[in-house]
Amino acid sequence: MKAGDLGELALRNLREAVLRNSLTTLGVAVGVASLVAMLSLGVGLQELASKRLSNSGLFDTVIVTPRRNMQAMRRPAAATPVKEAPALDDDARQTMERLPNVVEVYPQIRFPTEVRYNGNPYSTIVAGVPDSARGNGAYDGIQGSFFSGPNADEAILQIGFAKDLSEQTAGLIGKDLVVRYAERQALPPQGGTGDGSGNDMSGAGGGFSIVPREKKLRIVGIIETEPAAGFGGFGSGRLLIPLEVASTLRAAQVNDLRDAVRATNGKPAYASLTVRATSPSQVEPIETAIKNMGFGTFSLLDATRNLRLFFTIFDLLLAIFGSLALAVATLGIINTLVMAILERRREIGILKALGAADRDVKQLFFVEAGVMGLFGGILGVGFGWFIGRALTWGTNIYLHRQNLPSAHVFSVPWWLVLSAILFAVIVSLAAGLYPATRAARLNPVEALRYE
Amino acid sequence: MTTGNGVAVRAERVSRHYEMGAALIRAVDDVTLEIRAGEFVALLGSSGSGKSTLLNLMAGLDRPTGGAIFANGRNLSDLSSLELARYRSRTVGMVFQSFNLLPRMTLEENVELPLRLAEVDRGERGARVQEALERVRLEKRLSHRPSELSGGEQQRAALARALVNRPTLLFADEPTGNLDSATGESIMLLLKEIQQKLGMTIVMVTHERPLAERFADRIAALADGKLLTDGVKS
Repeated sequence: MKAGDLGELALRNLREAVLRNSLTTLGVAVGVASLVAMLSLGVGLQELASKRLSNSGLFDTVIVTPRRNMQAMRRPAAATPVKEAPALDDDARQTMERLPNVVEVYPQIRFPTEVRYNGNPYSTIVAGVPDSARGNGAYDGIQGSFFSGPNADEAILQIGFAKDLSEQTAGLIGKDLVVRYAERQALPPQGGTGDGSGNDMSGAGGGFSIVPREKKLRIVGIIETEPAAGFGGFGSGRLLIPLEVASTLRAAQVNDLRDAVRATNGKPAYASLTVRATSPSQVEPIETAIKNMGFGTFSLLDATRNLRLFFTIFDLLLAIFGSLALAVATLGIINTLVMAILERRREIGILKALGAADRDVKQLFFVEAGVMGLFGGILGVGFGWFIGRALTWGTNIYLHRQNLPSAHVFSVPWWLVLSAILFAVIVSLAAGLYPATRAARLNPVEALRYE
Repeated sequence: MTTGNGVAVRAERVSRHYEMGAALIRAVDDVTLEIRAGEFVALLGSSGSGKSTLLNLMAGLDRPTGGAIFANGRNLSDLSSLELARYRSRTVGMVFQSFNLLPRMTLEENVELPLRLAEVDRGERGARVQEALERVRLEKRLSHRPSELSGGEQQRAALARALVNRPTLLFADEPTGNLDSATGESIMLLLKEIQQKLGMTIVMVTHERPLAERFADRIAALADGKLLTDGVKS
């Protein structure tokens, strides 16, 4: 029989016992809804965790340091001379920028400072934030706005520091503050090495002097959490300024003293670089490539692996529990189709007498099972979505009562929609296998005798 | 289509035995029968004589436990399940005592059903259904369901369904069994008309000797699964 005719006859048969078939389809829908609700909860929580962690900048970032630093830390008493490691200079930075899936490479700038606001001094740490951070979601919940540009003389305050400045933190936005810091000015190199540029370089072995400076900045935003902007950013930035601005300040950093006395190849070098990958999954190859260049690296790759493993197991368990309802629905399909065979025994005999092959009868029951699975799947995805919405709604009410920000704990990605419908159809077809085979094997003479 | 020498169907020493517990039921036992193309043959016998079983064997609805049935030049026992279904679809038309129309389908849909099974193109089906219904004079009842028709009309509809695939063999199992005598006669007249106009081979099972004698060209009488007489009616 042609597919169109098969479909028409199957739909007609389903319409004939509309109540029973609807209830069976509803059973499939409940099963699929349970599965979709469970999995979308798992996916939602995974996305929530991933987004939060991704926004923190911890998982798509590799911190690069000169290898000598790492070796020095591991083997402080090494008697044998260490093989000279490549310099973490501009050449190395450019090479890293050209690596596949690298978004950007920037030096980490953070320095202690004294902030003057309303005539009062406050000690804190300033951190440079790359302009790319505006799009990574870390500043989604910002009160106020992100920097108007990469060179803007503006500041974003961490909420804790903002509270130090004023009880009414909202009133700080638009106000000015003054940052007092130590500018590093390079001294002429001994023996003619170094470029004397200072800046964010380590001094190039030429030494430097410290000059106190002030910078006026306008507060444009306040953030609840402290975006890490790399590992070096842990606990670093209570006052955030554009990286470009931080770079032009030439502020003396905590590792300057150590680097000033270290012998270098005469070229200016960075204490560390932050390499940002397009996604956490790209961190590993980037890290490997950088290690091969002769630098030390550090990332939280293992943590992401564990996170992925946890959510994979979590999703699997949710899927198993969700599938239990679908398993019950499968029994419903088998029951419905077996009943249909008993009721339509004579009809099957007539079809065979008129020329239907065993294959035609089998396909007819298969299509009926498949249609129930398809409609059940579509309906189930809808139900599952509603359950998820209700869960999110209930969760957010609870979170608000706990004075916590709302969260989207539920996600129904397109692949889950398609997979759930496909799964429902496959399960229904599997459920229809026994009844369809039984119907196809009916002896037409016996079937025609059936009353 | 014939098996050669103008023979439409030939049963050679055909048996159909059933095992029921320890007992062996010989529904058809060593029957040899030849039906010529264009012939109207009545299989006559009382209930349990094996006439319907023999009809089912010749129609490809059942397989013999012994002997062979030749149709279309092939032994039906050698055909696969699929080939046998094709034989039933394209060569054979069947009419039953209880009409066997599908109650939820309209007359048009019932008659169209064999065309669907034979995978006839959709565009051709309408004309074929119309033609078959005109032949049984039910062309104005297309959208009626079987329950809205009289017994005679239902049997005519079943006849239209049997004819729609233009078979060469028509097997009728007690076609007047559920009808009153007047209606039964009209159905028999219709069968005779179809045989004469289309040159179709008809094999009819009946237990009514007068009916068989009046309409059939030949009567094959069965009793206890065996062929008693086979010959042109007196």
